[in-house]
Amino acid sequence: MTPIIEVAGLRKSFRLGRVVVEALRSVDLMVEAGEFLALVGPSGSGKSTLLHILGGLTPPTSGRVRIDGQDLAALNDAGRTRMRKRTIGFVFQKFNLLPTLSAADNIAVARHVAGNREFDRPAFDQILRLLGIVDRLIHKPYALSGGEQQRVAIARALANNPKILLADEPTGNLDTENSQTVLLMLKDLNRRLGQTTLMITHNPEAAALCAHRVVRMRDGRLEA
Amino acid sequence: MINRLILENLLHRPVRTLLSILAVAVEITMILTVVGLSQGILEDSARRTRGVGADILVRPSTSQAAMGLSSAELNEKLVDLFDSMPRVRMATGTTVHMLSSNMQTITGVDLDGFSRMSGGLRYLAGGPFEQPFDAVIDEVWARHNKLSVGQATQIWNRDFRVTGIVEPGKLSRVFIPRETMQELLGWRGKLSQIYLKLHNPDDTAEVIEELKRRLPGYNIFSMAEFTSLFSIGNYPGISAFIRVIIGLAVTIGFLVVMLSMYTAILERTREIGILKSLGASPLYIVGLVLRESVLLTLLGIGAGIASSYGVKGIIEEYWPILIVSLHRDWWFWGGLIAVGGAMLGALYPAVRAARQDPIAALAYE
Repeated sequence: MTPIIEVAGLRKSFRLGRVVVEALRSVDLMVEAGEFLALVGPSGSGKSTLLHILGGLTPPTSGRVRIDGQDLAALNDAGRTRMRKRTIGFVFQKFNLLPTLSAADNIAVARHVAGNREFDRPAFDQILRLLGIVDRLIHKPYALSGGEQQRVAIARALANNPKILLADEPTGNLDTENSQTVLLMLKDLNRRLGQTTLMITHNPEAAALCAHRVVRMRDGRLEA
Repeated sequence: MINRLILENLLHRPVRTLLSILAVAVEITMILTVVGLSQGILEDSARRTRGVGADILVRPSTSQAAMGLSSAELNEKLVDLFDSMPRVRMATGTTVHMLSSNMQTITGVDLDGFSRMSGGLRYLAGGPFEQPFDAVIDEVWARHNKLSVGQATQIWNRDFRVTGIVEPGKLSRVFIPRETMQELLGWRGKLSQIYLKLHNPDDTAEVIEELKRRLPGYNIFSMAEFTSLFSIGNYPGISAFIRVIIGLAVTIGFLVVMLSMYTAILERTREIGILKSLGASPLYIVGLVLRESVLLTLLGIGAGIASSYGVKGIIEEYWPILIVSLHRDWWFWGGLIAVGGAMLGALYPAVRAARQDPIAALAYE
């Protein structure tokens, strides 16, 4: 079977004034559909940059990146945007919920942006029950705990039934108990829904807890 | 959904929202009031002219504008000539001159003749002239100058006694005996304009034709034609003034909306990054910003229309001779101007928001 994520010779560099910073140096990575992959590494290793490229938030400098059969290098910004809203769900460290909307509306916005495509309401309600946020949906983010906000963010990421879930340090702003809860939920959702999940973490124990495979990064490269 | 997001964003910053609405309201009030004042003054003049009850107006060849006549070049004997014409029921002449201080005109009338033609002045207090230096004023003039029957009023450095206050709507705000005005201004035997009333108003066009043949070079109008001249388009100065005020008002709205939306998108940088991470296209972001500015503008238009009635009330209370005529068609034009200006003002912030790098936006604190 063709991997859902194919990365070959990926490079990403940034120009900061006269200095060119190589964030990724020839990264090769294959991720099978349904796999839960954890990316572990210290700060500055390039984990987030890799995630941003896979999510279509920024283009690669060189190399090949195929997401669900689509070559990202061949896409312009509009193309990456379309790919992102149909194929990718993001979960961020800082939750990134819209502060003026309720939890329910935060989830609804994701569906609205994607064009309100066909929606399996009963299946999504089941996800909400699994996440334990059904009775918190009318509240705005300021009235939710950190763990609740992150679970709402997960629900939002899954609202359009994406094939790939990208989680950037999803437990970075949570206490130990909530971290554990969120990680187990991600693992459970991966098992139930069969979505490919890519999670960045600097915590090897967290990676081991829920991932099928752990890959280490350092200085813009994957370690063997 | 998007409307809910916009509404919540506006409610989230109530002071900024209110100030933006207020700025648009000021813009709309300025436009409606200036246009209303111009139209009101002209409409009032036309209404008072129609109140004479005449069918034809004869003026000298040198008279140009419908308003602002201030000379007497017609021979009084023309009244007798017109009276002798078979289709003319009666003719009466008036003299007109500016009251120097405030652009108002004083009309010298033969009160008997004028009353027969117009159906008479309706007295709210007092009665007609009794002496050469008596004056009859309308209720608007009385209120504006705080005059009552029996009081003296200065006209051309002379004291005139107010003998009557009449209902407004017939020709002039201030009437004095025609002979008095002719003596004071050296216009003995002269008139400023002559009004003709016909036995049959349907003969108006034919009588005008005949008059033009007999009096070539004179300005001769049907009353319908003459009162149609009281329009903003016939006064280039007023039109230009209105355009300037509209331009200023639009500039205010444009600048305030631009500033408001610019600060809003700066404050919501991370929110824009979130939307982009969800897959919002640049067009989606632009649409969001423009919709918000249009909603602000529509609220401002409503407030502006309401406040224009308040301003009308204040102007007419403290300056009764100023008439503000608020026409609903200008609600549409004023609103269109405001929305256009607001959308232009919101365009730069909208495009700027759409171009933001999502990663940088998400990292914004």
